[in-house]
Amino acid sequence: MTAMQPKPFDSRKLGMRQTPFYPRQMDWTITNDWLLWAGYTSPGSLDVVEQEYFAIRNSATVFDITPMCKYRVSGPEAELFLNRLVTRDIRKMRDNRVSYVIWCDDEGHMLDDGTVFKYSNTEYRLCCQERQYDWLTDNAIGLNVEIQDVTDDIAALAFQGPTTCRILKNLGLAGVEEMKPFDIREFPFGKGTLSVSRTGFTGDLGYELWIDPEQALDLWDTLFEAGRHYDIRPIGSHALDLARMEAGLLQPNVDFQSAEFTLRHSRRRSPFEIGMEWQVDFTKGHFNGRRALLKEKQQGTSKYCLVGLDIEGNKPAHAALIYHRQKKEIGRITSAMWSPTLKTNIALAELKRPFGIDQKEDIWVEIYVDKEMKWERVMARARIVSTPFFAPARKNQTPPADY
Amino acid sequence: MKKYDAIVVGAGHNGLVTACYLAKSGLDVLVVEKHDYIGGAAVSLELYDGWKYSNCSYVCSLFRPEISRDLELYKYGLQVIPYGGGGVLMENGDHLAALSDHDAARQEIARHSKKDSEAYDRYSANLMRQCKFIKPLLMRTAPDPTSFKPRDLQELLYLGKRFHGLSEPEMYEMARFWTMSVVEFLDEYFESDVMKAWIAGTGIIGTALGPCSPGTAYVLLHHYMGEVDGNIGAWGFARGGMGSITKALADCLKDKGGEIRAGSGVENILVKNGRAVGVALENGDEFYSDTIISGMDVKRTFLKTMETKHLPDDFVRQVKRFKIRGSSGKLNIALDGLPEFPQLPEGSQVTRGDFHFTDSVERMERAYDDWKRGTWSKDPYLDVLIPTQIDPTMAPEGKHYMTVFVQYAPYDLADGEVWDDKNREAFAESTISLISKYSPNFRDLILHKEVRTPLDIEEKAGLTEGNIFQGELTFDQLLFNRPVPGYAQYRSPVKGLYMCGSSTHPGGGVMGAPGANAAREILRDMGAGRQTGRQAA
Repeated sequence: MTAMQPKPFDSRKLGMRQTPFYPRQMDWTITNDWLLWAGYTSPGSLDVVEQEYFAIRNSATVFDITPMCKYRVSGPEAELFLNRLVTRDIRKMRDNRVSYVIWCDDEGHMLDDGTVFKYSNTEYRLCCQERQYDWLTDNAIGLNVEIQDVTDDIAALAFQGPTTCRILKNLGLAGVEEMKPFDIREFPFGKGTLSVSRTGFTGDLGYELWIDPEQALDLWDTLFEAGRHYDIRPIGSHALDLARMEAGLLQPNVDFQSAEFTLRHSRRRSPFEIGMEWQVDFTKGHFNGRRALLKEKQQGTSKYCLVGLDIEGNKPAHAALIYHRQKKEIGRITSAMWSPTLKTNIALAELKRPFGIDQKEDIWVEIYVDKEMKWERVMARARIVSTPFFAPARKNQTPPADY
Repeated sequence: MKKYDAIVVGAGHNGLVTACYLAKSGLDVLVVEKHDYIGGAAVSLELYDGWKYSNCSYVCSLFRPEISRDLELYKYGLQVIPYGGGGVLMENGDHLAALSDHDAARQEIARHSKKDSEAYDRYSANLMRQCKFIKPLLMRTAPDPTSFKPRDLQELLYLGKRFHGLSEPEMYEMARFWTMSVVEFLDEYFESDVMKAWIAGTGIIGTALGPCSPGTAYVLLHHYMGEVDGNIGAWGFARGGMGSITKALADCLKDKGGEIRAGSGVENILVKNGRAVGVALENGDEFYSDTIISGMDVKRTFLKTMETKHLPDDFVRQVKRFKIRGSSGKLNIALDGLPEFPQLPEGSQVTRGDFHFTDSVERMERAYDDWKRGTWSKDPYLDVLIPTQIDPTMAPEGKHYMTVFVQYAPYDLADGEVWDDKNREAFAESTISLISKYSPNFRDLILHKEVRTPLDIEEKAGLTEGNIFQGELTFDQLLFNRPVPGYAQYRSPVKGLYMCGSSTHPGGGVMGAPGANAAREILRDMGAGRQTGRQAA
């Protein structure tokens, strides 16, 4: 046996790593409400969730997205690789632009969604919720492309809300107001560079800030200083979840199941079944799942659809079943909330076709309400509405207003 | 002389499960056991003052919860405590820790291969899909595909329906899975040697095959489909050792009016005019019943415990051909303290679960080469546990009990050697010296050891050739082919003579499913209705 090596690490502490922003969030939190996100400690909330939510719609919020999976895709065939991976045509992307993408397995079932950051034809970054290194490297076989997991190499903040552009200007980012939605720009910051993209998960005006972990705390401190007069505050994932529902954005493994990990094949969904047909481009040549998706489209074999619902009453329809004429079960709620902005009881719901497509009337949601240890069952009428539920003009306005 | 409603031969866990169900249905049941103690391969003996060993089987996962529930075994003291931890100590000084937390596990595996750390989720999902298919079959009698009986047709239809519940790629996948080697299966997911070695171990345990032999992928699944409280794939300790399972069953049986006679084995199953009528014991006693159920393996039952003239020739030939090769041995060790493993980080969970020293499938396959040559492995695959870190009942305070499953070891040694004391000691030494390589203080802590070669396992647990599953779990010996074609429904060619041991569907492991399924068939024949051995949904 060879000489003993030094003890590598404390395996008891694995699975609860802290991001570079953890110390500042620890200073802020009064709820001590922590969740695990992909192995990192991440706040569910730091203060009252309603206040955090309204800060997204009123001022400026900071959410630590460092745990998000980030992959660097580079090399002569990076574009070819990505175009074969995702369903839309990314060849149309210009440099320094971001594109929302989805990708499927060979049977045309949804694996995950995410964003592609294009820096050049040979340099991309893919950001997503589920780990994809295994899938990406398998798909890279035979292509001149390099896949690198850079999750730990980049610290990131989602900076969202109506006053965010104003605050970034205060920070001295010259010309930030010219950035259009999905633009990427780099700004000098300290000894290095701050990368800013006009992207987010809130459906509001907002940016995502990407920085070397070494400079993470500097960024946090200067950002909060710049936002001092604009109620800038850190938020947790509960408030963010409310905002993303209002924006009609899907959450993987909530609104659809990643096909790779479903035990029952009937639970897998195609893009057509979750309202993502606009993402599928059959004209661009081969991509994973193309054959199956084309067949599904031609034969009209999609079984489900994902719709937005406006439900009467004010009780959120969490995990509720949906009925036609209060009798026939036709689907289920995937995400639900009382929208504080819309003053509406909204939900994302999966329906069995033809419901939601040809049959849109007489839809009811079965909601159970806990009235102090007494369950009350409510059959609430629901109306199919288009999503996003909430899309303020400031989301796309360039240059954005100061508030 | 008194005539019983049913006599069960052998007080192992399956025999006792059958007996309990029969007694629960109001039958007058006798269980006869060769040894002074009961338990078969689920036994805890005190061979060294203050220590209780799990002499044969040593961990619990497969025991069907339906049985615990039907028989209310908690009332008789049965408690299964899940354990975490485990892993592989590597030759290069590193290790792979098995961690229960998903993110922690991913980060640990990523130290060895980033790709593998993510492939593990994909692998687990696929294995779980296979489990979902097979699990409901465990508590059902395997259908006879040649029969036109409505019940067989119905069960075949059930199988077919389940199969058709799969997607197309899954059907292909399943056919491959049931026949391929565990290494081929793992190669589809993993790149690092230690990762494959860690998982491949469960594909060879108790099987006279190497990790590269076809059919071992299924063995992996067989070990994976157990559960502790719904956690598929989880393993636990029966508090007080594996003997507490059979003790609980025995107490349950007595509570229901059943009787156990230990101390003299069955010498001969009595057959008159083509039907079983009773048993003759080694001590000369005879007991009578129209229903005799053997918990022993098929070879011992039909070739050693009755006259083969009562059996059809083709049946005898098939029983002779049944593969039941011994491939493993066991060490039970009383320790003066907890052994140290300096290459592990302080507080590591590795030694709290099942840990191993084989860090490549190459080494595992080489260990199998030794078996083929008729000798025990020089570099054996070890499955090591120290249950006393969790179970306070098995050793005095501060002392420990270590169970070491050792693979491979043949039943017959080559070159004219036999399993004598010299060879038994040499076999033990190969294991102890391997552990000592990783634990400098291990050897000095040994207070007592019990060594079980395949021959000892045969003599002490009654398992032919020391095969722990009462017959190998290869596809040719599963479902309607277990133990032999045409006799997979717990009945034998002799009227009134039944089988309930692990030689029958669904096979080995301390599962109890064969015993429960057999009871259901026996009661069906008696017309006693279906109030037993619930059919899993």
